[in-house]
Amino acid sequence: MVTTLRPKPGLVRSYRFPRFTDRILASGIHLITAPVAKLPVVTVLVIVDAGSANDPAGREGAAALTAGMLLEGTAHLNGAELAEMFERLGTSVESGADWDSAFVKITMLSERLDEAVTLLGQVLSEPGFPEREVERLKAERLAEILQLETEPRGLADEKFSEFLYSPVSRYSRPDEGSAESVSALSRADVEQFYRARYRTGSTTVIVVGDVSVNNTRTLVEKAFQDWASGSASGQQLIATARTSQKSVHIVDKQDAPQSELRVGHVGLPRNNPDFFPTLVMNAVLGGLFGSRINLNLREARGYTYGASSYYDWRRGPGPFVVSTAVESEVTAPALREIFLEIERICSDRISEEELSLARDYLDGVFPIGDLWAARRLLRCISGTNPQCID
Amino acid sequence: MRIPVETFRLDNGLFVTLSEDHTAPIAAVNLWYHVGSANEKVGRTGFAHLFEHMLFQGSAHVGSNEHFELIQRAGGTLNGSTWLERTNYFETVPSNELALALWLEADRMGELLPAMTQEKLDTQRDVVKNERRWAVDNQPYGTMLEKMQELVFPPSHPFQHSLIGSMEDLSAASLDDIAQFFATYYTPDNAVLSVAGDFDSKEALAMIREYFGPVPKGKGKPPLPPMSLPPVFGSRLREVVPDNVSLPRLFMAFRSPVFGSEEYYAASVAAALLGMRKGSRLQRALVRERQIAADAGAFTFDLAKASDLLVVDVTARPEIAVGQLEEEVEREIDVLYRDGVSDEEVQRAIALIETDLVASLQSAGERADRLSMFATYFGQPELVNEQADRYRHVTVQRVNELVSERFGENNRASLIYVPREGVASESMLAVAAGAN
Repeated sequence: MVTTLRPKPGLVRSYRFPRFTDRILASGIHLITAPVAKLPVVTVLVIVDAGSANDPAGREGAAALTAGMLLEGTAHLNGAELAEMFERLGTSVESGADWDSAFVKITMLSERLDEAVTLLGQVLSEPGFPEREVERLKAERLAEILQLETEPRGLADEKFSEFLYSPVSRYSRPDEGSAESVSALSRADVEQFYRARYRTGSTTVIVVGDVSVNNTRTLVEKAFQDWASGSASGQQLIATARTSQKSVHIVDKQDAPQSELRVGHVGLPRNNPDFFPTLVMNAVLGGLFGSRINLNLREARGYTYGASSYYDWRRGPGPFVVSTAVESEVTAPALREIFLEIERICSDRISEEELSLARDYLDGVFPIGDLWAARRLLRCISGTNPQCID
Repeated sequence: MRIPVETFRLDNGLFVTLSEDHTAPIAAVNLWYHVGSANEKVGRTGFAHLFEHMLFQGSAHVGSNEHFELIQRAGGTLNGSTWLERTNYFETVPSNELALALWLEADRMGELLPAMTQEKLDTQRDVVKNERRWAVDNQPYGTMLEKMQELVFPPSHPFQHSLIGSMEDLSAASLDDIAQFFATYYTPDNAVLSVAGDFDSKEALAMIREYFGPVPKGKGKPPLPPMSLPPVFGSRLREVVPDNVSLPRLFMAFRSPVFGSEEYYAASVAAALLGMRKGSRLQRALVRERQIAADAGAFTFDLAKASDLLVVDVTARPEIAVGQLEEEVEREIDVLYRDGVSDEEVQRAIALIETDLVASLQSAGERADRLSMFATYFGQPELVNEQADRYRHVTVQRVNELVSERFGENNRASLIYVPREGVASESMLAVAAGAN
C-alpha cells in the first residue's frame, strides 16, 4: 500500500538567475555575458532591431529574407563554403526574424568559440547577399506559402491575423510575407533593409555558457569591429483592429475531419503595465492544462485534444487568441463554450484557488526550461530591460 | 565531460538512477515503463497511448486531473509520451517539491485502478480520437509514421501497426483492458525511475524507498513475438499516397542496425552526413545546387529491438514533378552507395552530433530522460556518458561498410506523398468568406 499522505513541500531553495554582466561596448553593441561552466558548450545569440514590423509597405518579408540571407554567403565565402566552415567547427547556426527583431544564434563546444565567433562577425558585418541565393530563398518561401494551403493550423493563424487587424497594419499580413510581396523582393531590397537596420547601436549580443567575461568582451569587440555603427530609426506601427463589431469568418475546407478555431481580439503591447496581471488572468482562462477553457472543452466534453489561450507579446499590441481544433460536427457548441468562458472571465470573480494555481505556477516554473539558453534573456530584452530577470 | 550516475534496485525490481547537479534548484523525475505500442494485442491498436492518457485521470489518492494541478501549482511542468517500445511520464519541479512528484508517480504505479471509471475512459477515448484527427488525419504528411510502419515491417511484426491506433480499435477498448494492461505492464520491475538535478542522493533514495517500496512486484509480462529481421528488405518497396498535401514529399527508408550497436553509430553518422544541416549532401545537392527540393533531411528512428530504420526525407519544390523528385534522390543514394563517403564528411557529421549531444545535457529533464532510456533498453544508464566517445570512434571505413551493406537497391523503401487531384488548384488563401 502506497503511503496515502501527500508530501508537503520542503524548504524553498533560493534561486538566482545566473549572474551576468551587462555593458555597452565602444561600438554601441550591448553585450551580455553569463558564464555557466557546467558543460563545455557555449551559445551566442545576436539580436538586431530588424524585425518584420519594419518591413517596407509592399515589401513584406524583407526582414525574414534578410535574416535568412545572412547565412547564405559573406564578402569572402559563398553560401556552401560558409555552411561548411561553421559545420566543420561543429557549430549549429540559425537565423531568422520575428516581429520585433532579427537574430543569429550559434552553439558550439567552448574549445571552438573563438573561430566560430570570428565567422559570426563576418556573417553580420560583411554579408554577400548573392543574387542566386536571394532567388532561391524566395522560391523556398513561396513553396512554404503553397504548403500553408493544406496546413490547417498555420492557415487558421494566418487568416485570423488578416481578419483581426486593419488592412493597413503590418500585423494583418504574414510576418514572412505573402506570395505577392515575396515575389516583388529583390537583392536591392535586402541590401537596403540590411543597411538601414543592421547597426551596432541596434544590436544586443548574448553569450551564455563555458566562457569568461573578459575573453568574451575582447572576442566580440574584435569580431564585430568592421560593422556599421549607429542605430536604426524607430518605426511607427499601426495595430488597430479591422472592426469594433463581433465578426465571424469561415474558411471552408470540404471534408476536413476537424475545424481549427481561433477566437480573440487585438491584445496588449509587451510593455503594458498590466503585463503580469494579464499573464495570470490568461493562465486561469486558457494558459494552463487546468485552465477553464481546457478543462471545459477537453476534459468535460472531449471535444478536442487541447484548447488554450495566449497573448502573442510583441512591441505593438499582438493578438489575444483562444486556439483549438475540434471535431467538425461540434464546431458550433465548441464556439459557444469558448464565448461563455470569455464572458465568464469578465463577469465572474476568479476564485482564490484558481488565482493561486496560476500565480504559483508562473512563479515556480521560471527557472525551469532551457535554463541556460539565452532565450529568456531575449524575451526580457525585447520588452524593456534585462534586469527584469532578477 | 561526464554527468554523475548512481544506480539502485529496489526489492520489487524498480530500477532507480540518480544524477545530482546543483546548478539550479530544480529536479526532474522521469519514469519509463518498458511497454509501448509493440506490446498491444490484435484489435487494440492505440491502446498503450490511450492508457497513457488514463494515467492522468487520477489514482487511489489523487483526483481526476489533480496530478496536473498539483504539479503546476508547485511550479512544475509535466507530461507523458508513448512510443513503439516504451511509455514515459515526467515532471520537472522546483527541487523542494521533489517528494510530491515522486509520490504522485508512486500512487498511480501502485493504485491506479480504483480511480478508473467508464465515464473517464469514454472522455479520454474522445480526446485521443481528436488527437488522431489533429496530428494524423488533418495534418499534411501526418500519416507518415503509420504508413511507414506498414510498408517496412512484415504483417504481425510488433512494429507494424499504428501507434495512435485506428478509430475502430480505440472504440473497442474497455475497462477490462485497462485493468489487464495495468497488471501486466505497469509494475515496478518493468520500470526505470530517474531523477536528475538539485537533491541529495541519500534523501531522494529514502523517499523513493518509502513511496515505491510498497508497490508489489509484477508477475512478469508476455514475451514479444520474434522481432528479428534480415539486414535488408530484400527488394524494392514503394507506396504512393495521394493526400491532401501541396507538395510531393518522399520518405525513403533503409533497414539499419539496431540502436545502441556498434554499427548503429556508423548509421547515425551516415544519416547526419546525408541530411543534417545545410552542409549535408542532400541539402547541398538538392536544395542549394539543383534547387529541386524545398527541404531535405535524414534521421534514424532509434529502435532498440532487432533493427532500426534510417529515413531520408525530401520535399519537392512546387514546379518539380514527383518522378523527378524520386529520380534525383535515388541518384544521390546511388552515388553514395557507389563511391562511399569521405573522411571530411564523417568528421563534419561527428562534430555536429557531438555539439548537439553536449548541449542536450544542459536540461535536467533531458538528462533524466536519457538515463531512463539507457537503463530501460540496456540496463546501463551510464551509457549516457559514453555517447560522444562512441561517435568519435566511428571511422570512414565503418561508415563505408555500413553504406555498402545497407544502401543497395534491395534495401530501399519509398513512401511518396503526392497532392491528391484538385488540391493544388484550389486556393484556400483566396476563398475565405467574411460575414459580420
